Amino acid sequence: MKSESELEQILTKGEFAVTSECGPPRGADAEVIRKKGELLKGFVDGVNVTDNQTSVVRMSSISSCVILKGLGLNPIMQMVTRDRNRIAIQSDILGAAALGINNILCLTGDHQKFGDHASAKNVFDMDSIQLVQTVKLMRDEGKFLGGEELKGSPKMFIGAAANPFADPFEIRVPRLAKKVAAGVDFIQTQCIYNLPKFEKWMKLVRDRGLHERVHILGGVTPFKSVGMANYMKKSVPGMDVPDELIERMKAAPKEKKAEEGINICIETIQRLREIEGIHGVHVMAIEWEEMVSEIVKRAGLFPRPHIEG
Amino acid sequence: MIVAERKPLEQISSMIESNSKVLIVGCGECVTVCSAGGKKEVDILASALNMIRSKEGKPIEIRQETLERQCDAEYLEQLRGFIGEYEVVISMACGAGVQFMAEKYKNSLVLPALNTKFIGVTEEQGVWSERCHACGDCKLHLTGGVCPIARCSKSLLNGPCGGSTNGKCEISPEVVCGWQLIIERLSDLGQLEKYEEIIPINDWSTNRDGGPRKVVREDLRL
Amino acid sequence: MNYPPNVKIIKVPCTGKVDVIHLLQAFERGADGVYIAGCLEGDCHFLRGNLRAKKRMEYTKRLLDEIGIGGERLQMYNMSAAQGPRFAEVAREMTERIMTLGPNPIRAKNRES
Repeated sequence: MKSESELEQILTKGEFAVTSECGPPRGADAEVIRKKGELLKGFVDGVNVTDNQTSVVRMSSISSCVILKGLGLNPIMQMVTRDRNRIAIQSDILGAAALGINNILCLTGDHQKFGDHASAKNVFDMDSIQLVQTVKLMRDEGKFLGGEELKGSPKMFIGAAANPFADPFEIRVPRLAKKVAAGVDFIQTQCIYNLPKFEKWMKLVRDRGLHERVHILGGVTPFKSVGMANYMKKSVPGMDVPDELIERMKAAPKEKKAEEGINICIETIQRLREIEGIHGVHVMAIEWEEMVSEIVKRAGLFPRPHIEG
Repeated sequence: MIVAERKPLEQISSMIESNSKVLIVGCGECVTVCSAGGKKEVDILASALNMIRSKEGKPIEIRQETLERQCDAEYLEQLRGFIGEYEVVISMACGAGVQFMAEKYKNSLVLPALNTKFIGVTEEQGVWSERCHACGDCKLHLTGGVCPIARCSKSLLNGPCGGSTNGKCEISPEVVCGWQLIIERLSDLGQLEKYEEIIPINDWSTNRDGGPRKVVREDLRL
Repeated sequence: MNYPPNVKIIKVPCTGKVDVIHLLQAFERGADGVYIAGCLEGDCHFLRGNLRAKKRMEYTKRLLDEIGIGGERLQMYNMSAAQGPRFAEVAREMTERIMTLGPNPIRAKNRES
């Protein structure tokens, strides 16, 4: 084991893992995070906590992770490189580890233009791949980026994101290869709607043997409404929503639209379980965290394996 | 070259509200090429300020000059004979020129007429865009001749980020994705395998982050 | 061909020769209105001279708005050299427009002081 992470244990054992996500509040009220955590407890092996997602200021990921840890969940701290330089990043990694957080998802981060502080300075001292390298260096070699030794290495399970649907397609697998070479342990993909395209990407991934070097979790997000499906199709970069799914949502009777969204999500999970190289699913139920339990149950993934010790 | 743009007339005019004798100095190099601060633009600014002040009933006396450039002392010297007669000097040079003039003429109040934007190129007449960030440690040999620091909105050294759509950056459809360009170039050059080489974390100390920079060539100093 | 006596003609070999500074200085020296009469688009003897004039005129309009004189005092009309009556019509139209707008605010101010 590289880390002290339960998620790592579950994946190493060959169990199909389930992770989910929650966003911290736009204020200092810890109760908001606690409530979300309670909805997920027992249904997931790990919970991502976003880091000022879309550049909108929220309670910090590290603090929200600590709150969730207190509830008995396994937080996965998301860290973007947009807002902090290498000094702050290494410092936060040490702090997070000291507070018992042992999963980290290394991300670049949306440009600050999207958020509520578009005039802010753009840090990006490093990118997501260099962040993966940084955590690995601290964990496995016990060193800081400057080369000095650190005392008490952070035993973190290192994750990163992958988007098989983003431009340009030709480097989507080389990009994953780069992250694997940098030392990533697990990958969560962008939400999957176009299964044939995803299967094509996975085939290329397997051709290079990458699926044996990293645990890939397929991302899924249920549609709440036709509007949401359309929005994701047209307005979210790097998202591929096939027309048939929009048609299915439209065809569903008015009161049953959300249910159809969940159905599509569960079908996707079932198909993902059959793909060689997929070791888990990452359920992103944005502002719909209460549905995660139902999705996990109906997909046949409940109860979650319990790790002793 | 350095690309700049004239500040709004209102801002320039409010800088000289209480002055009635003004010298406007243009620059014959970069800002002439990007039509921001050359002789033509000096004349236009003078005419505009004249009209603004006439309309307010507060006439202004303006002298117009344009130097070869304002980043070299020998050209700035040409003003020495008369700069003292003016309450205020509006420099239409880039930020470097404005400051140098102020350094050479400590008793003159030198005001900037332009907003200096970036180091860039003329894509076509009337369109200039950024190419170089002056990071001090050029990496163009690693990325097919396209700069990841200047042309990627996040200055990623191992991009792209996944936010691009149809080769355009997530921040705007008007901005091309720098990494898309790099990949295309590497592909055209038959060097796509270079893409998988991880470029290590950058040394930003050669950038402005390390402090104001200086280059000294002892062999050239007399 | 009759056109209002308040119209002063400045001849140029092509409207492409007209630049922003010429337009500004006309107003600076007291003109109440300025218009450019150029060839029909597509008929420019020098190919795009009249298009350059159009762009420069549009830019100057914005400057005139910033200055506070008003861009509507500046216009461009296209006509062929053979369209004498059109020339007169334009001169009348422009004159009426300027009469409605009143004198150049600079001139008005100078007269006050």
